[in-house]
Amino acid sequence: MAENLCCLPKPQRNLSRNHNRMDFWELTVRFFSLADANVRQVIAGSILLGGAAGALGCFAYLQRRSLLGDALAHAALPGVGLAFLIVGQKEFVPLLLGATATAWLGALSINAIDRYTKIKLDAALGIVLTVFFGLGIVILTHIQKSGSGSQAGLGSFIFGQAAAMSRQDVVALAVVTVCMLSVVTIGYRHFKLVSFDTGFAFAVGLPVGRLQFILTTMIVLAVTVGLQAVGVVLMAAMLITPAAAARQWTDRLPRMLMLASIFGMLAGLFGSYISFLKPSLPTGPWIVIVVSGIFAVSILFSPRRGVLIRILRHYQHRGKITRDHLVKSLYRVGMERENWYAYYPVSEIAHMWSFTPTELRSGLSQLTAQGFLEREVDMYRLTQNGVSAGARVTRLHRLWEVYLTRYLELPGDHVHRDAEDMEHIITPEMEEQLSQMLDHPVFDPHLQPIPYPTEQKGV
Amino acid sequence: MIKNDRPVPIEVHDLTVAYRKKPVLWNIDFSLPEGHLIGLVGPNGAGKSTLIQAIMGLLPVLSGYVKVYGHPLEKNRQLIGYVPQRESVDWDFPVDALDVVTMGRYGHMNAFGKLSKQDREIALSALDKVGMADFAKRQISQLSGGQQQRVFIARALAQEASVYLMDEPFAGVDANTEKAIVALLKELKDRGKTCLVVHHDLHTVREYFDWVMLLNMRLVKFGPTAEIYNEENLRATYGGKLVLLAEAAEKLITKS
Repeated sequence: MAENLCCLPKPQRNLSRNHNRMDFWELTVRFFSLADANVRQVIAGSILLGGAAGALGCFAYLQRRSLLGDALAHAALPGVGLAFLIVGQKEFVPLLLGATATAWLGALSINAIDRYTKIKLDAALGIVLTVFFGLGIVILTHIQKSGSGSQAGLGSFIFGQAAAMSRQDVVALAVVTVCMLSVVTIGYRHFKLVSFDTGFAFAVGLPVGRLQFILTTMIVLAVTVGLQAVGVVLMAAMLITPAAAARQWTDRLPRMLMLASIFGMLAGLFGSYISFLKPSLPTGPWIVIVVSGIFAVSILFSPRRGVLIRILRHYQHRGKITRDHLVKSLYRVGMERENWYAYYPVSEIAHMWSFTPTELRSGLSQLTAQGFLEREVDMYRLTQNGVSAGARVTRLHRLWEVYLTRYLELPGDHVHRDAEDMEHIITPEMEEQLSQMLDHPVFDPHLQPIPYPTEQKGV
Repeated sequence: MIKNDRPVPIEVHDLTVAYRKKPVLWNIDFSLPEGHLIGLVGPNGAGKSTLIQAIMGLLPVLSGYVKVYGHPLEKNRQLIGYVPQRESVDWDFPVDALDVVTMGRYGHMNAFGKLSKQDREIALSALDKVGMADFAKRQISQLSGGQQQRVFIARALAQEASVYLMDEPFAGVDANTEKAIVALLKELKDRGKTCLVVHHDLHTVREYFDWVMLLNMRLVKFGPTAEIYNEENLRATYGGKLVLLAEAAEKLITKS
């Protein structure tokens, strides 16, 4: 029987029979009640890894070295295989040492290629990553072919199987996390400066080389100890995605570190929960799906940078532009007919400017609600506030035209388009500045009068 | 006290620097006079930034040495205030203006990263000196170019150094910021500090700097602006690369 490459761990028969008998709710309760020692172990391991990798990943992310974690994780694989070959069975300490050794070898190779050849960092990362990973697969395949019984479980290093983590793994992860927390807390300012401005860090005498070494070592440790939970292939996601997601929510580094840790922990927790429901599937991909989901939410919904927020703001601005055009048109018609407060039917208003029916309807109702328009059945007229608002938009438009013709010396027929855009943007402060700078002009370049307020009320 | 015995702020002796196997600085030799504002001027690629970075120990030198107040750089690092080029940094980094200025005090930090109350006060007053006290908590990506430059200068001021090296502090700043920086430089000079400033606008050299260093791969001329800043010397500085020297130097570096 052709054995598959050690990619997916073989389903454990006994466990799945039990699992098939329990239903979804029973499993959920069993997981979150922490009654089972195994479950506690899995949860602890995944959460510790998520938290540590999330925080460390921030520094790599800010230094634009995110893919370094990816390369280091892949480089750890041959070390796992070699350690197994030497020791003969899956034992915690040798595997850890092997993984750390080859991961560090990978880091040194990347540095060497970058420094001593013409090859740039990104290619160096790719080369080292793939060479080491290929070597690792060859070694692991050889181990599998040799049919050694105790090699079951080595496959969990590729895609991750949190249930395969032993108690020692979890304890080691806890130790690494505590170390990392202390290092990052004590060296916080050092790492911050080295990540932000390496040249200045040198200038003030910080030991930049040593600090980068410490950072890389911490990443190597987090990666190698947590390798079984997420696997070599997807470890990068634990380092990069929480940091990228956290960056969307905050502009402050301490908060970014905390958020990234929390995101990593949530991903670890829920990823291993889903994997617990279906033990035949590896944990790694599930953890990554959860953290990617968090990332997607961050990209879309974060208050400052979120895509949906920006779309929302865009439509809000469009609404303002429509309302400006409405009051401006009504004001202008009122000026021509020398009657500010006449009623106009919607059909006539629609012809004063190019509105879409939706824009017109929502603009009119918003202006009425804000007190700039009065409504009578399907007729509308300006209120006193509405007249001031219309005057203001007109004034801003014409002031800007004067500014363009006087300061940029643009000809009169070039300034209208520009002023059409600017009239919605000029703030009261800018208006005051413009007015003073231009010495309160009375006419615009087209010899139309500029209305000044007796009372100032804006849209 | 005899003036001659006092060590100069920066002494550069026979400095040769290569950047990626290309010779950039050749046999540079000078001593900065204390208490002067010195403009460093030269065409693109003349090695002005390289000189500043080499003095700071950020680039390896092929030959020669740098002394700071008579001692090697490692011993007297804290006496040099450094303002790198603005684009050497990612301004999207999640720190605010006060954070950046406080970094100027990191040379005084112990291994545990502790800063004293005095350090914080020095940072705040440096920020105030450049007129940015109101922007202390503003994220640096939300600052204009001129404001970012001021923050960089405040960081150097917070170092409380004796000699300042500034790499193109006037690049891409608005007129107000430029005036503010010049006033700051003049004040530093009045307090007896020495400033070496890389500058690109030839028209303002006479107004800003009382000494000037003309550089184009080698030191063309160095002295008081009134004496040496003239058309003849400028022509010698800007009149094209010394092609033969560049080729020979490149061969020398590749062979060694």
